Amino acid sequence: MRYFVPAMMAAAVAAPLAAHNFTAGKLKIDHPWTRETAPGQVVGGGFMAVRNTGRVADKLVGATSPAAKEVQLHTMSMEGGVMKMRQVPGGFDIPAGQTLTLKPGSLHIMFMGLNAPFKKGALVPVTLRFQKAGSVKVQFKVEPVGTTAPPSAMTHGGH
Amino acid sequence: MADTNRNASAPTAHKKARWVLWGLVAIVSAGLGLMLYSAPDRNAVKTTEIANAFGGSFALVDPTGKEVTDQTLKGKPFAIFFGFTRCPDVCPTTLAAMTRYRKELGADGNKFNIVFVSVDPDQDTPADIGQYLTLFETPIIGLSARSPEELARAVAAYRIFYKKVPLEGGSYTIDHTASVFLMDKDGKFVTTIAHEEAPELAMAKLRRLVKG
Repeated sequence: MRYFVPAMMAAAVAAPLAAHNFTAGKLKIDHPWTRETAPGQVVGGGFMAVRNTGRVADKLVGATSPAAKEVQLHTMSMEGGVMKMRQVPGGFDIPAGQTLTLKPGSLHIMFMGLNAPFKKGALVPVTLRFQKAGSVKVQFKVEPVGTTAPPSAMTHGGH
Repeated sequence: MADTNRNASAPTAHKKARWVLWGLVAIVSAGLGLMLYSAPDRNAVKTTEIANAFGGSFALVDPTGKEVTDQTLKGKPFAIFFGFTRCPDVCPTTLAAMTRYRKELGADGNKFNIVFVSVDPDQDTPADIGQYLTLFETPIIGLSARSPEELARAVAAYRIFYKKVPLEGGSYTIDHTASVFLMDKDGKFVTTIAHEEAPELAMAKLRRLVKG
C-alpha cells in the first residue's frame, strides 16, 4: 500500500507524457517518434502527425536537433519494388483543417549524423520550423526498432 | 580490261544487293518468328525459368569475418534481403517484419535463416552490420562484400537494383530493391515477399518455405 499512492501519482504525472502532444499556434503535433538505432548506424527517421486547426495553410520547412548534425525532410516511395528516398527541399504542406502525417513508408524527417545512438525510451529534442507558426521545441520518443506506427495513431485516426 | 571489269562488277553489285536483301528478309522473318514463338510460349517457359531467375553463387563475409557463400547456406531455407544500415525506414521495417513472422511461426521459425546483405560496403563495416542486426533480437546473418566484385556478383545473382543518390551535406542514400527473396534449402528460388505484402500472405509463404 505504501507504494500504491506514489505509483498512482507517477501514473498521473505520466499520463500527459504518454499522450505526448505539442502545440504551435494552430498546429497540434501528435506523438513525434523515432526508432532505436545501433552504434555505427548514423541516421534515423522521425515520424509524427501535425494537425492544422487553423484557417490558413502552414508548412513544415525544416528542423534541427542537438542529437544530429543535420535534420532533413524526406519522402520515400516504392517504384517497381525499389525503395527510393528523396529530399523535399520545399518542405511539407499542411493545408488548413488537415493533418500532415509523417510515417514509415512515406514522408519523414531524417536525422543525419547522429551524435549518439537513439536508445529505446529516450526522448530526442527537436526544433521544428513552420512557415507561419514559427519554431517549436518538441521531443521525439525513441520506440523499439520494430515499431511501424505510434500507439496513439489508433486513437487519432478519426480526425 | 576496264570494260570487262565494269560489266562484271555490275552483276556482282546486283548479286550483292540481292544477298543483302535476302539477308534482311531472313533477319526480319527470324525476328517475327521469335516474337511469335516467344509470345505464346512465355507462360510455359515462365515456371521453369523463374526457379532459376534469382539466386546463384556469391561469397561474402559475416560480422565475425567468416565467409558465407551460397554453398554454406545450403541445407536450410533462407530469406534474403538487400539494404544498408543507414536506411532509416524500409530496412528496419522489413527486418522487423521478418523477426515478427519468425516469432509467429513458433518452432518453425528456426527452420529458416534470415540473411541481410549490405549494398553499402563503403560505409557499412561487417562490425556495423553485426551491431545493427542485434537490434532485432533474433539471429540474422549480416553479410558484406570485401570487394566491389563480390557485391556485383551477389546483386547480379538476385537481380538487385541499387543506386547511390546524393543528399545535401555530402552524404547519400541508396535506392534499392526492397523485396525479400525466399530460397529453399538447395538455394533455389521459391518466391518473394514484397515490401508492402499483407502479413498473412507473407506468413503463408514462409509456412510453405519451411515445409518444403
